[in-house]
Amino acid sequence: MPIYEPGRRVAIIAGVRTPFAKAGTTLRALSAIELGKIAVSELVHRTDLDPASVDLLVFGTVLPSVLAPNIAREIALMPLLPKRLDAYSVSRACASANQAITDAADQIALGHAHVAIAGGAESLSNVPILHSRGFSDALVAASKAKTLSARVQAFAKIRAKDFIPITPAIAEPTTGESMGQSAEKMAKLNDVTREEQDALALASHRNAAKGTADGRLTAEIVPVMIPPRFETAMTSDNGIRPDTTAEALAALKPVFDRRYGSVTAGNASPLTDGGAAVLLMSEGAAKAAGLKPKAYIRGYAYAALDPGEQLLQGPVLAAPMALKRAGLTLKDMDLVEMHEAFAAQVLSNLRGFESPYWAERAGFSSPVGAVDRARLNVMGGSISIGHPFGATGARVTTTLVNELERRGGQFGLMTVCAAGGLGFAMVVERA
Amino acid sequence: MSTQPAVTLEVVDGIAVLTFDLPGESVNKFSPAVIDEFTAHIDRIEQDRSIRGAVLISGKKGNFVAGADIDQFLEFRTAADAARASAFGHAMFHRIEKGRAPVVVAVDGACLGGGLEFALACAYRIAADSPKTVFALPEVKIGLIPGAGGTQRLPQRVGLQAALDMILTGKNVRAKKALQIGLVDEMVHPSILRAIAIERAKELAAGTIARQRDSRTHGAKEILLDDNMLGRAVVFRQAREQTLKKSGGHYPALLAAIDAVSAGYSAASEAHGYAEEARLFGEMAMTPVCKQLMFLFYATTALKKDSGVAPGVTALDVPRIGVLGTGFMGAGIAAVSVMQGIPVRFKDTAPDRVAKGVAAVRDVIRDGLTKRRITRQQFDDQVGLVSGTVEYTGFGRVPLVIEAVFEDLAVKQAVLKETEAVLAPTAIFATNTSTIPIAKVAAASTRPERVIGMHFFSPVHKMPLLEVIVTPKTAPEVTATVVEYGRRIGKTVIIVNDAPGFYVNRILAPYVNEAGKLLDEGIAIDAIDQAMAKFGFPVGPINLIDEVGLDVAGKSGAIMAEAFGGRMKPSEALQKVLGAGRLGRKGRKGFYAYDADGKKEGVDESVYALFSGGSRRRELPREEIQQRLSLAMCNEAARCLEEGIVRSPRDGDIGAVFGIGFPPFRGGPFRYIDSVGVAEVVKQLEALDAQQPGPFVPAAILREMAKTNGTFYPTIGKPV
Repeated sequence: MPIYEPGRRVAIIAGVRTPFAKAGTTLRALSAIELGKIAVSELVHRTDLDPASVDLLVFGTVLPSVLAPNIAREIALMPLLPKRLDAYSVSRACASANQAITDAADQIALGHAHVAIAGGAESLSNVPILHSRGFSDALVAASKAKTLSARVQAFAKIRAKDFIPITPAIAEPTTGESMGQSAEKMAKLNDVTREEQDALALASHRNAAKGTADGRLTAEIVPVMIPPRFETAMTSDNGIRPDTTAEALAALKPVFDRRYGSVTAGNASPLTDGGAAVLLMSEGAAKAAGLKPKAYIRGYAYAALDPGEQLLQGPVLAAPMALKRAGLTLKDMDLVEMHEAFAAQVLSNLRGFESPYWAERAGFSSPVGAVDRARLNVMGGSISIGHPFGATGARVTTTLVNELERRGGQFGLMTVCAAGGLGFAMVVERA
Repeated sequence: MSTQPAVTLEVVDGIAVLTFDLPGESVNKFSPAVIDEFTAHIDRIEQDRSIRGAVLISGKKGNFVAGADIDQFLEFRTAADAARASAFGHAMFHRIEKGRAPVVVAVDGACLGGGLEFALACAYRIAADSPKTVFALPEVKIGLIPGAGGTQRLPQRVGLQAALDMILTGKNVRAKKALQIGLVDEMVHPSILRAIAIERAKELAAGTIARQRDSRTHGAKEILLDDNMLGRAVVFRQAREQTLKKSGGHYPALLAAIDAVSAGYSAASEAHGYAEEARLFGEMAMTPVCKQLMFLFYATTALKKDSGVAPGVTALDVPRIGVLGTGFMGAGIAAVSVMQGIPVRFKDTAPDRVAKGVAAVRDVIRDGLTKRRITRQQFDDQVGLVSGTVEYTGFGRVPLVIEAVFEDLAVKQAVLKETEAVLAPTAIFATNTSTIPIAKVAAASTRPERVIGMHFFSPVHKMPLLEVIVTPKTAPEVTATVVEYGRRIGKTVIIVNDAPGFYVNRILAPYVNEAGKLLDEGIAIDAIDQAMAKFGFPVGPINLIDEVGLDVAGKSGAIMAEAFGGRMKPSEALQKVLGAGRLGRKGRKGFYAYDADGKKEGVDESVYALFSGGSRRRELPREEIQQRLSLAMCNEAARCLEEGIVRSPRDGDIGAVFGIGFPPFRGGPFRYIDSVGVAEVVKQLEALDAQQPGPFVPAAILREMAKTNGTFYPTIGKPV
């Protein structure tokens, strides 16, 4: 496998996100495009960036709008940015924003772009609801019909069940297994207990609550005016529970396996609305613009495995490769940010890091190693903060580089698991 | 004078294409010289039998014809002169209309006044589908009526109601609407406009389509009211009643326009209508109202070209701005900026304050959405240009910051210091204030040459005036930049020097105080307000205080009294009412009573209990009230000119008309003094001073001018 050897160092200048709101709550009236625009606009303002200097915008989303599928281009067309700004959208499930970031980074490394905005957004309050196949067929046939009777005939074939709309389920198309069922299975396969999961969830909320209270988390958030009146601002995430307890989490019933299960609403990430964006620049462009990079991208990797096996174990395969490409080991990492789809998945991933079996699966002779839990998700994770699919990767990147800067650490690792058995890992170095 | 022709003729397939492209001008205008050129071309078209038809098109992209060059109107000495000019236009357009070769007019861009009258005389009208294509007869705005057949031909094309609407308001009609009402026969993409026009000219010549066909829709409303004599009588009666009510009888051209349109429907010959139009046009051209409105037109045009600084000083590029303070003024300033596509970094101290400010911006912009001036997408785009913050992030790159925080010197100075710490050294700090001297704010600055005042009027998106206040230290480049910015956001900008009250509030103070003194003397509130409304102000002075808020008026009054002493001493009445906790409309209690929704209900009789004399009010002739109040204001305006607060009578008049609503038909304080006569004004002031020593001492400049029989403006030729 080729080693990533960048021609130009790619600097991460800054990141901004909207507050993350549980789906169906405060931000439900805003579309993913609107959430993305808010994050991008603030990123441009906050960094004093000359909007005319941006030459690429890549954005990720998992459930794109049927009416405006290229979210990146819609965002790029906001009047703040030049109309000539090239923009395209990417989809890699929960690692979509990461894909956007690495795409933009690649373009910078290649010398094709100097200033790029990358990120993602998701509104799980606004998922597209589809007509059934039968009803769609009738509509298409009717639109093609030339006579009134043909039009009427087209609808004659509709059956009662055709009127039931279809909502997208968070399930694997190939296996039919839902995300939660996969997590449940992984908990069992990797001997992850309910107590461990709840403890991780508790830590997530505690860390996020601390990060919010001391302003480290809110520093990366742009206040969003709350629709429909827009007269008050949402300034922090609404899924974080500062006062949750081990007892409260333990009291929750398992959702996906009521009898022998361990995955609950408390130790899984909630459906969330939000947008996030980061500013990437070539080292030279940053210097020329007088912008101080926070970190450089040192190496990244994607990996995949059979979704029917352990759907969310991809990071275990991606992390060793990203570390290798960075020329570093886990011991060099001052911080580790791991996307928390489920506590069961985080704990499975961590076990995988220590496992010779998974090392071999990844093509390495020795395991990645044990992650120091004191360096893991120090400002919380997706379980507490929330998980707008398309945006999470940019949120994780922003938190990692900001906290690395605050702590004066040198290297940081992030991993993101994604549907389809995909995994992502990236190593950054403080500037 | 250019020897280049304004109109060129090219024959294409037997069609004469007349291209109007006035050399050295950005817009096409009809002048006697241009008319001569057209006449020569019409002669040729009439004589040359190989020419079957003609097309009139503009050589200026996105600009058709802006109308008549109004310089020629200044030459009219008598009504007969003007009527003759009108009749001359009638004859030419009559030839266009009735000539052997049919003329098609192809309109891309503004088609105004004489331009539209020309188009109406053509056999067929095509509009380019472009937002720039607008049709209007704006003559009433300068106190005239359409004089080249507009009052006759427009009703024929669009029907009586639509025609009166256009003629009496002078409003713009967009291409799509023009097609709907039958003003144009067709709308095409601008790039095929010329080709289609030539095609139509051929078809008209061949007789396959009819000349001056009826393109309007005849719905129930049109059939009932436009298409029969009885219906029209109703429309005319209503139009006259409404016009009188709205204009207060101050604008004779409105009624004259109705008369001219009406004459066109009379049973007499077609010529009768045109003759009436010419006669009324002539009559209107001689009215003082027309002269004052023409002056305002010239003055605003001249002001637009006046950068306010020495030539060679260029304005800085302002691609984005910062606005500090998200209150009502800040939101208004942000709104008018984003409406011009300028990104705004909008800062206040707390997220919810910012949110309220952004919501206020949305409300202003939504007005355009509701009235369909903008699309949903444009609304979203404009709102998206406001970026709220509670930090100074994003201010590093803004070349202009407009501060609209609380009206308090210490707060403004603190904000200035904070902001300067993050701004680029070249950035401009503009403070929006109505009372605080700019130099005092600038005293806190490390670079006072970058500090300037911008006095916006409330509500910002509706009030047309902006006072730009310069201190002796303000750099010319800063002035030029701010003036240019003010124009970009659609304001009429006057530059004034830094002194208490600047100009507008300075001349307002003695006017309002005089109203207060009338109250002290026992005159009724409504008697004062009605007198000044009759004089032509949009609202009377007491009503104005209620609108502004008694606290604001009181604060401003105190500052003026401190600066100018006894002359500006606020009246007892105002003090007492404010002291009683009445704040005006915002407190639902002032000189007037208001219902729970803030709707004005008439004078609050209980307020009289606060005054000596109580509710027993005494009568004073309306003329006396008008004289005392108007002269108080005009005298102060003269002092401002004398002290160099305003740079010219022109700026002073514009400031009063656009900032206060000084009756436009009186031209402004200086025009008004000229029209009364300086010597007469001095005489009246002296008489008032004798009765009531103090406030009416005539300004020195007036005394001087009275000696030499001087005027503020030239009595002949261009007013400015």
